[in-house]
Amino acid sequence: MSNHDHHHGESRSGAVSSGFAGDSSRRGFLVKTLALVCGGLATMVPVGAGLWAFLDPLRRSASVAKFLPVAELAAIPDDGVPRQYPVITDRIDAWTGFAAEPVGAVYLRREKGAVEVQALSATCPHAGCFVEMEPTGRCFRCPCHNSVFTLDGGIVAPSPSPRAMDALECRVGKNGEVEVMWQKFRAGVAAKEVQG
Amino acid sequence: MSRDARQTAGAPARKGLMGQLGDFLDDRTGYRALVHEALYERVPGGARWRYVWGSALVFAFMTQLITGLFLWASYSASAQTAWESVYYIQHEMAGGWLLRGIHHFMAQAMVVLLALHLLQVVIDGAYRAPREVNFWLGLVLMLLVLGMALTGYLLPWDQKGYWATIVATNLAGIVPFAGPSLQQVVIGGSEYGHHTLTRFFALHAGFLPGALILMLVVHLSLFRKHGLHAKQPITKPDAMFWPDQVLKDAVAMLAVMAVVLGVILMPALRAMLAGEAVVPGELGAELGAPADPSLPYAAARPEWYFLFLFQFLKVFEGWGATGEFFGAIVVPGLIMTVMFLMPILGNWKLGHRFNVAFTLAVLAGVGLLTSLALNEDYYALWVDKASLAEAEKLYDQTGGDPEKLAAALDNDTAKVAAMTKQLKKLERVRHSQAFLEASRQAKADAARAIELAGRPEKIPPAGMLELVRHDPKSQGPRLFAQHCASCHAHVDPLAADAEAVIAKSSAANLHAFGSASWMRGLLDPAQVAGPAYFGNTAHKDDDMVNFVQNDLTGEATWPKTDIDAVIAAMAAEGGTAPPKDLVGLVDRGRELVASDDRCGGCHHFRDNGTALGAAPDLAGWGGREWLVGIITDPTHEQFYGDNNDRMPSFGKAAEGALPPLSRDQIGLIADWLRGEWYRPAGH
Repeated sequence: MSNHDHHHGESRSGAVSSGFAGDSSRRGFLVKTLALVCGGLATMVPVGAGLWAFLDPLRRSASVAKFLPVAELAAIPDDGVPRQYPVITDRIDAWTGFAAEPVGAVYLRREKGAVEVQALSATCPHAGCFVEMEPTGRCFRCPCHNSVFTLDGGIVAPSPSPRAMDALECRVGKNGEVEVMWQKFRAGVAAKEVQG
Repeated sequence: MSRDARQTAGAPARKGLMGQLGDFLDDRTGYRALVHEALYERVPGGARWRYVWGSALVFAFMTQLITGLFLWASYSASAQTAWESVYYIQHEMAGGWLLRGIHHFMAQAMVVLLALHLLQVVIDGAYRAPREVNFWLGLVLMLLVLGMALTGYLLPWDQKGYWATIVATNLAGIVPFAGPSLQQVVIGGSEYGHHTLTRFFALHAGFLPGALILMLVVHLSLFRKHGLHAKQPITKPDAMFWPDQVLKDAVAMLAVMAVVLGVILMPALRAMLAGEAVVPGELGAELGAPADPSLPYAAARPEWYFLFLFQFLKVFEGWGATGEFFGAIVVPGLIMTVMFLMPILGNWKLGHRFNVAFTLAVLAGVGLLTSLALNEDYYALWVDKASLAEAEKLYDQTGGDPEKLAAALDNDTAKVAAMTKQLKKLERVRHSQAFLEASRQAKADAARAIELAGRPEKIPPAGMLELVRHDPKSQGPRLFAQHCASCHAHVDPLAADAEAVIAKSSAANLHAFGSASWMRGLLDPAQVAGPAYFGNTAHKDDDMVNFVQNDLTGEATWPKTDIDAVIAAMAAEGGTAPPKDLVGLVDRGRELVASDDRCGGCHHFRDNGTALGAAPDLAGWGGREWLVGIITDPTHEQFYGDNNDRMPSFGKAAEGALPPLSRDQIGLIADWLRGEWYRPAGH
């Protein structure tokens, strides 16, 4: 059969499919429906199985926030200047378990003679970049979009950041260890909402 | 054109929103004509079941594409993450087992469908002019599919995929001239590792499917250009592809999918009917233990559809590299050449018959070789072993030596011939048993690896192999078999074959060593000189045996509660909990062990003042440190000193040399003997 014959199929289609008057349109409808149902069902299986696995991350909740020891109280200079400390904890990444790994950083700040410590998350509330201290030590600056924050984390307007730096819950344990509640917050919104 | 198409499709006069949207799109894309072109292909003689194979194959490929892309979203190709990510897909992700199961079994269905499609094309003579090129394209497509099957087998980086790939790539290496370079390029270096995986993955998910899609497009357009090759005679009127043939194709697709799902879900159904819990991760495709180049893997076999090649190579055993070159490259190459020539051969008078006969012969050969391979592996399962009892006995007596055998059978030639036959059968049974045992071991290793991967601490960054290599339960039995079992038994005394195993050993049975039950046996006058303790050693006439057989039987000096107390104290030394009814006796036991006129007369125990060297130190007896110590150096004064029987010092070596066992290995043996290994919660 040549390509040319093949185009005549259109005109013959009427003759072929309406060969039996009356009954044929009902049968035709049934055949068409069945064909679509069978083909659709068969295709839905791989698509469905794929989506089921693909959406697996939605089932997984973020790890529970908890207090993590970050530094000795005595080791934090009481000069009101924030200093950066790594947060170290066990981390699970899908199938891999990392023991005692640095997972982020916090700034700790202690006023003269104070036994309380202020903790700020180093994550910028604007878009999640790592906020740095200015070399002058007078303020924080985010290297991505130049959000500037005061040493106690306050916002310096005008700022791309919708809110001040995120303060983290902080306590001093009996043995003088400063513990910080390690949490992440939604970036880009004015309200401070816990992520996950 | 688009207007025509709209009219043929029977557009109603007044249109709803959908109709208007359709017109809008059609005016700009002409999609209706395309759909029409796709659906209204003329099928000479009407729809038939024999035409479904091509469509079923396309469907199978689409399924592979869809499931493959989704698997890709979770797979990580490197030697430290491939097994781990596949484990995660199979055992931890919701629905991962189903996704992987479909991909795994649809690949096998595809091979079957390929064979059926090819068979149908050859039998129908559909390779004849003007369809030669399309037939050749089909053969290339077949090779591409087989290539994808081969490359996909490695990706989980488990034992079976790893060893099968080593064999396959080594065979590629024997191709003359280019072979070694080809092999090196494919495996990404001279060693198998990260780049073997990245390359195989790129081949499996990029190069090969890309080429396949291109060729498939040409294959399908050529098929449309030439039209369907109708099988003669045609008895019914022609019909359009849509809807009758589409329905048949769709039913075939659904049937293929149903079979694949059936294979995946059958074990779940069986478990449910038996009232057992269904573990989703155990359904679908298997995941072996992680690839380990240092561990022999006697269960290595290719996937079943390559088993015929594996078996075919055995035909050339003893021919060396020439045989392999012949079996793996020349013969398959010749067969493919004949297949490529079929359209030309078909022009001769008997050509078509030859082609059909050749294809059937090849398929029959493949079937025969596959069943031979399966028979060799599983022979022991269906042979009557009782009939071989005599052969087994004779073999043990003669070691298979023909002269001795003839002598044993009084040189009766008929008997010797019959027995030689039986001995051959016995050899096959033993081969098969070795394979079955290797498969059992492989399953156990896989199950253990999966159990370990599920620990709350997850897999260490160095990968699963690291964890398996430091697992006492996985490594202990191997190290024990290799270094200890030539003298020591390790068998539960209550097991069926325990007596025979213990009788053959030449040192103590170390099963449950360090426990109360072991100590009770040692202090039993009936057992201490038996083969499970000192019976087969140089210590069988020593003081300890003498003491147990004479002193301990004296009810006056050694009442039963005192013996129990010693047992409790010794179990506690090793850190194993004494039986509940003996717990209260531990302190009393320690006093007895230390006491000068009891155990302490010979044995050093903490600060009891008895000198080391006369008998093993009992402090921490059976504990990890004590075991590591005695395995490292039994001639140390803390253990047997100069009285050491034949036990080697496994952790000691002459200067500059390596000891037979590393400290890690000795630790693994000690932990295994003590039953100290990870157990999932709830076990």
